[in-house]
Amino acid sequence: MKTSMIFIFVLLSSMAGAQTFKIPSVELKTIDGKKINTSELNNTGKPIIINFWATWCKPCIKELSAIAEKYDEWQKETGVVIYAISIDDSKSISRVAPFVNTKGWDYVVLLDQNSDFKRAMNVINVPHSFILDKKGNIVYQHTTYAEGDENKIYEILKKISKE
Amino acid sequence: MQFSRYFKVIVLLILVCQNLFGQNVNEGEIHGNIQIDAQTYSADSVINAPRVPEKMLLNSFANIIYTKGKFTAGIRYEAYLNTMIGFDSRYNGTGIPHKFLTYSDEQLEITAGSFYEQFGMGLVLRAYEEKSIGYDNAFEGVKVKFIPYKGIILKGLTAKQRNFFDLGPGIVRAADAEITLNEILPSMENSSTMVMFGGSFVSKYQADKDPIYKLPVNVAAWASRLQILKNKWSFYSEYASKINDPSTDNRYIYKDGNSLLVNINYTTKGFGWLLNAKRVDNMSFRSDRNATLMQLSINYIPVFTRTFTYTLLNKYPYATQANGEIGGGTELLYKFKKGTFLGGEYGTNISLNYNRLYEIRKNTPNDTNQINIPGTLGYKSPFFRTGNKLYYENITFEINKKFSNSFTSNFVYQYFVYNYDILRGITGYGMVYGHTGVIDATYRFNDKNAINIDTEILFTKQDQGNWALISAEYSIAPSFFFSISDQINFNNPKNNEIKHFYFGSIAYAKKGSRIQIGYGRQPEGVMCVGGVCRNVPASNGFLISLSSTF
Repeated sequence: MKTSMIFIFVLLSSMAGAQTFKIPSVELKTIDGKKINTSELNNTGKPIIINFWATWCKPCIKELSAIAEKYDEWQKETGVVIYAISIDDSKSISRVAPFVNTKGWDYVVLLDQNSDFKRAMNVINVPHSFILDKKGNIVYQHTTYAEGDENKIYEILKKISKE
Repeated sequence: MQFSRYFKVIVLLILVCQNLFGQNVNEGEIHGNIQIDAQTYSADSVINAPRVPEKMLLNSFANIIYTKGKFTAGIRYEAYLNTMIGFDSRYNGTGIPHKFLTYSDEQLEITAGSFYEQFGMGLVLRAYEEKSIGYDNAFEGVKVKFIPYKGIILKGLTAKQRNFFDLGPGIVRAADAEITLNEILPSMENSSTMVMFGGSFVSKYQADKDPIYKLPVNVAAWASRLQILKNKWSFYSEYASKINDPSTDNRYIYKDGNSLLVNINYTTKGFGWLLNAKRVDNMSFRSDRNATLMQLSINYIPVFTRTFTYTLLNKYPYATQANGEIGGGTELLYKFKKGTFLGGEYGTNISLNYNRLYEIRKNTPNDTNQINIPGTLGYKSPFFRTGNKLYYENITFEINKKFSNSFTSNFVYQYFVYNYDILRGITGYGMVYGHTGVIDATYRFNDKNAINIDTEILFTKQDQGNWALISAEYSIAPSFFFSISDQINFNNPKNNEIKHFYFGSIAYAKKGSRIQIGYGRQPEGVMCVGGVCRNVPASNGFLISLSSTF
């Protein structure tokens, strides 16, 4: 048991050393069928939001709909780009494009059909979002959605885009 | 002490990797997650909640993923002490069932250990996990992904499959190729038409120890797929076949299997139309021919009925019928624009959805045999003919409307026909016909405080009769959720009693973590994710759920 504790300590101390964040490399497709490797997601020095969602997830849709109304303003103010990662699998993947179109969302929508990217990012449940600063560090993450959460996200975006 | 032994091996591996490649510890990264669900159980004769000898049961897991340069290593520890009721009790115990090491660069990816994979839609191969139903058919072995040229992806794997804390007896060998024409042909690079096609081959080996039958020890399956996207149209189709594979699922018949999926959709801004069709004939494919339920499936057959998060819309969900099903569905999505009569100030979204699925037609295999006799060819099935039994039908209408900046709502109406005997795999219940309605409204008091009221009703004369549900959730952004609900069963044809299933919970979310404590009753039922279902027994007790991503 004692040696286990030492091993855990070694692990934790190397965790504490992990400051920078590199987006794991997973190949996803856009709804136009183009391939994008997640390690190449970037926004030339501006913040990024990675939001995991699904067409069957009610709080996800509420969150992305609430943000959609403010997205123009956010982009003007902070230059943020939102990657909306759909975890819809075979059963509902063909519903993603029509759904996004009828919602009128302007996000970059990516398809994570077998949840490979979700697993690589250690996401347990949707909605789950990550905010990355200009250097690509995760400065904030959030799971679940409560009405008004988008205000908190906007505050953080404004703060990191000024830094 | 198996856990600590594995753990040490992995940590040592990580440390060795770090030293081998001579780089600083700080350049590597460790991330992970943890989830713990625990529930106490009190016997409750009113709702048929059984006595649970352990009084408390717990499901939990933790993932740790270490990344450094082109290497990724990960482990998952799982503990079921004991497995929560409604999940397969063969999970009882603890261990590290998932461990892997991956090397990946732009052209090549090699994984040794546990991994998930999917070819096309999954008709011949899909390994995935869905913790909410206790599904995990991960492969353990080796996998290679190679991109020889832009637009071509080749994959190959040889592995056994996870069977609770063990591995199944069969060995799966599989290969897949996918070609995207637009990336290969310079002339198509900027074309408005996108063409992708692919093919898979899967073979499983399992020794034949059967005392009665001579069984195929190597079973081959293959699939081809095509996707064309042009302007606003999208077309996807996948066809799979499989040689004879007598198993517990198909009652040891020697018939070949096949399956066809077609998805077509058309979409422009504010409009969407979807059409899907499928036919499945004897396509259960497992790495152990005696396995059942969620055990050791090599392939995945999707359901195309809509998934809802509303409780009463999930009382009678469709479940995949790998032995045979034929049918399809269509959905129309439309947004009434802002400023129009029906659109109002913010626009209104509507969806109309219809699905119908039948058994496939089964004729006698020859003059001397009846249908489905073990050890025979089973049956003959004309491809486009439906059988007499209706499995499922529904028509669903949904309106999503924002009335003001503080008030939004969602309305759903559904009519359904549900073949209880087939879809739950038991006899004597017959068909269930029902109507379900949902009114879901959210009111925002200010930027932080909101209340969500969800009222649902389900009318049916069969099974357990009518249900009503009312729930209220008060949220304080970004962290607190307080909710209470009551689900009421009434006009139950069996006893005509009125039963209440009250439930209350408090949840707190911060950053990547969430904790929820609840107390109340849960009715028995079925929970399905993507057509794969588990039974949920009735229960009464405290529930605590904790999850964190770091």
